[in-house]
Amino acid sequence: MTSKVDKYDPGSLSDLLPLYYKKLFPYGLYFRWLNYGGVPKTYFSNREFSFTLKDDVYIRYQSFTDQQDMEKEIQKICPYKIDVGAVFTHRPKDHKTINAAAFVAQEKELVFDIDMTDYDDVRSCCSGADICEKCWPLMSMAVKILNRALKDDFGFEHILWVYSGRRGIHCWVCDEVARKLSQAGRTAIAEYLTVVKGGENQVRKVHLDQYIHPSIKAAIEIINSNFKDYAVDKQDFLGDKQKWTKVLSLIPSQDIQKEVAEELELLPDSASRWKKVKKFIELSSKSGFTDSRQADKEIMLQYCYPRLDVNVSKGINHLLKSPFCVHPKTGRVCVPFDPDDTDRFSPAEVPTISQLLDELNKVEAVDLGGVSKHTKDYKRTSMAASIEVFEQFVKKLEKSWRGKLIEESDKKMEF
Amino acid sequence: MDFDRRRTATLRTKRIQQKVNGIDTNIFEHCVQLYTLPPTSTISLEEFEELAVERLKVLRAVETVGVRCSRGSQDYKTLLEKEIKNSKLKRSILKWRDNVSHFILRLAYCRSEELRRWFIQQEIDLFRFRFQQESAESRARFLEINNLGYKPIDTEEQKEVLVNLQDSEGKEALAIENVQHYKVPFTEALDLVRSRRVYVHHGFAYVPQDDLVSILLTLFRMQLSHSLAVSNLQSFASPGRRWEVITNVVSLSRRYIGQDYASKKPVGEITADMIDLLSKTSFPLCMQQLHSAFRSNHHLRHGGRMQYGLFLKGIGLSLEEAIRFWKSEFTKIMDGDKFDKQYSYSIRHYYGKEGRKADYTPYSCIKIITTNTPGVGDFHGCPFKHSDPDVLRQKLAGQGLKQEGVDQVMQFVKGGHYQVACARVFELIHGSLSGGLIDVEVSFQHPNQYFEESYKRLHKDKINSNTPQAPRAVQIVPPPSKDRQSDTVTNLKSNSQDVTAPAASTASDPHEEDDFDELDETVLLDEAE
Ligand code: SF4
Ligand SMILES: [Zn+2]
Repeated sequence: MTSKVDKYDPGSLSDLLPLYYKKLFPYGLYFRWLNYGGVPKTYFSNREFSFTLKDDVYIRYQSFTDQQDMEKEIQKICPYKIDVGAVFTHRPKDHKTINAAAFVAQEKELVFDIDMTDYDDVRSCCSGADICEKCWPLMSMAVKILNRALKDDFGFEHILWVYSGRRGIHCWVCDEVARKLSQAGRTAIAEYLTVVKGGENQVRKVHLDQYIHPSIKAAIEIINSNFKDYAVDKQDFLGDKQKWTKVLSLIPSQDIQKEVAEELELLPDSASRWKKVKKFIELSSKSGFTDSRQADKEIMLQYCYPRLDVNVSKGINHLLKSPFCVHPKTGRVCVPFDPDDTDRFSPAEVPTISQLLDELNKVEAVDLGGVSKHTKDYKRTSMAASIEVFEQFVKKLEKSWRGKLIEESDKKMEF
Repeated sequence: MDFDRRRTATLRTKRIQQKVNGIDTNIFEHCVQLYTLPPTSTISLEEFEELAVERLKVLRAVETVGVRCSRGSQDYKTLLEKEIKNSKLKRSILKWRDNVSHFILRLAYCRSEELRRWFIQQEIDLFRFRFQQESAESRARFLEINNLGYKPIDTEEQKEVLVNLQDSEGKEALAIENVQHYKVPFTEALDLVRSRRVYVHHGFAYVPQDDLVSILLTLFRMQLSHSLAVSNLQSFASPGRRWEVITNVVSLSRRYIGQDYASKKPVGEITADMIDLLSKTSFPLCMQQLHSAFRSNHHLRHGGRMQYGLFLKGIGLSLEEAIRFWKSEFTKIMDGDKFDKQYSYSIRHYYGKEGRKADYTPYSCIKIITTNTPGVGDFHGCPFKHSDPDVLRQKLAGQGLKQEGVDQVMQFVKGGHYQVACARVFELIHGSLSGGLIDVEVSFQHPNQYFEESYKRLHKDKINSNTPQAPRAVQIVPPPSKDRQSDTVTNLKSNSQDVTAPAASTASDPHEEDDFDELDETVLLDEAE
């Protein structure tokens, strides 16, 4: 993806970070989020952070007493990457002085990590770390599908979606129930949300019965409304013989596979071919090929249903890259985005650190001309929109515990 | 012994403390129990051991029958019932024996992850079996005794969500209409949620009456695995005479479930250069597959590295050789420096040289088959379970199996008997495992067992004589006779007192305990972005 301002040079990162951490990192909101209203008081100070420094030096078990401490440390060390871990029984900084058995990870947000590399078998435009506007819709479908399930099925309300800076997205579910989930609970949710299953020895990775679970039904609906744009137009997924052979191999009945393949040769493009495939499956299921009756849905799911890295979600102790880090290779900031507006989110538009500092320079030059304002620096750059999303998220979160505090004090007032 | 009363409270067990002859009677209110209260009586060492052996027999039967027949089938019922009848633990009158024997085995089986996993699995199957044998009335009473009084949803609501219930449970609406459904917080119905067997909405799982048992099982599993974790910590903290007795039971139990293959050099020193050849002659299919994927891609993802790396450690590859092996391949796609940074840590980790310094044990078949299902780009898992039939057929043919042999193996795979299928492959390559016993379905418990059996046959001359005898088939063998010090008496009651209570926070989550290995792996997952 080429962007307007694409002049980030990875070699300059260590020169840029001090200024970024000084002027742009939104410490205030960040602290308000992770402090969770100070309930309990040690929630923030017992949280593990880890830093990655230049040359992949990795330091675990960092922790901060409060916002000031965090600001000071981050600005002093200027980490290339910050990861957020669990809330422990003790301050992670002191972990060496504590009996290992007593030092236990207690809570953490429920997190999901979706990475474009896991879709390499179903996207034809790029592979590995590369992404482009032809495959990015996979991520926006993932956001829509998961966001719906987390809200409607599990009843979660405080969900933060973050661009990972390069080729994927992260999701932080911050409701109290989510933070308190056991490992078994996290695993159960992650598996509930996993539909594409199977390693390199399994071609068909989605198996549907006659009845389809409501959660998957809803996912199919979402995929359906994006499928033409994504699979047919952008990916041209039935564009040549090699491509359609791969798609057809997902139909259980080999007879149908063969018959359809012959017909597809005669058709001009992916759109008409996809229609034909669907028609065939419908007809054949009516004439008794019950094993293949859901094949079109199975194909859509295998090509588009979100692929989670379950290991990341399972462990309470697992660390995940923090929002507002800078990706060292792309220079892009890991910005939050609005899940209800994910179609408009484009990774190419995400500002790089060099771009941001550039913008900052310009507004500051104006300031020197006399128009000094009290606006926070980050609000005056192209990071403003993402900060806005983050702020809304934090405010909603604060409302929830304010409601709780009122509830508690009401209880006390009762007599 | 873990007499962890804190946990019992959270299990909401109704406790009516009455003591008859020093025995809590409330646990015997029902002939099925969740074992929330440990026995407090004194028994002789003889009795102690006898009970342990009897229960082991039952658990072994649970395992064997589970391999042979599918759970819940009529065969399963008949066979298992017969086995239980043959033991001295048969139901009703022997509730006390049931209780005590369970608690003895907890002690024996808390020692390693592998032991715990096996024990929990069999206990859960046994519990499910017994609970389902009960009448509807008796089951309802059980729920009540254990304070699991979920409320059914009313007909109005049921009507509203009927289509969703139908789609979730995979049954026609007609069949569901009259079944009562209970709204349960999803965190209490994890097994049902995980497998999407129920409708989940706004944080609640809609559980049909018959599936309440699954909730019980979840609860039982949680409680059990928590207790085992705590027992383990406690038993380390309290050596002593009682400990010797337990060690007997432990060694006994090892004989029953096989070794954990944590000990090195079962067949002598293995070096990196030997692996290519060995993988062809003596590796089970799962490891062959990882090996060839590694050779052709010069890379393995996290799950594959764990499964393969620990296996290699188990066959006797030293840390130095392991690093040599992994590095020589990885460096075909990256420079040595990057390898040292990203991967050598995790290899040292397998050998207990980093992080928690835990000495990780190679994965057993059950673990490989039931946990960490492979995903896109993964080559780990058990090929018998995690392959499309045609892919597997090809692989089997590639092993030199004839059509007839392939069909035999595929028959087992179809029935879900993956480990039996694997053993059959072994037999077709190396000859019979059962030593002439025709009736016994042999199955492997461990990839390293496959390796050792194979290696032994191919290198009869080189084997050290003190190599532990690899455990064989899933057969119920009579308990070994032991020298008994019958005058020793172990006092179960005093146990809870001489034990320093572990911090309440340890193992706050039972499943976390199950997955000890993963804890320090956080850092080591894949070459993060
Ligand atoms: S049964 Fe066990 S040894 Fe055999 S392939 Fe499967 S996991 Fe490997
Ligand atoms: Zn692309």
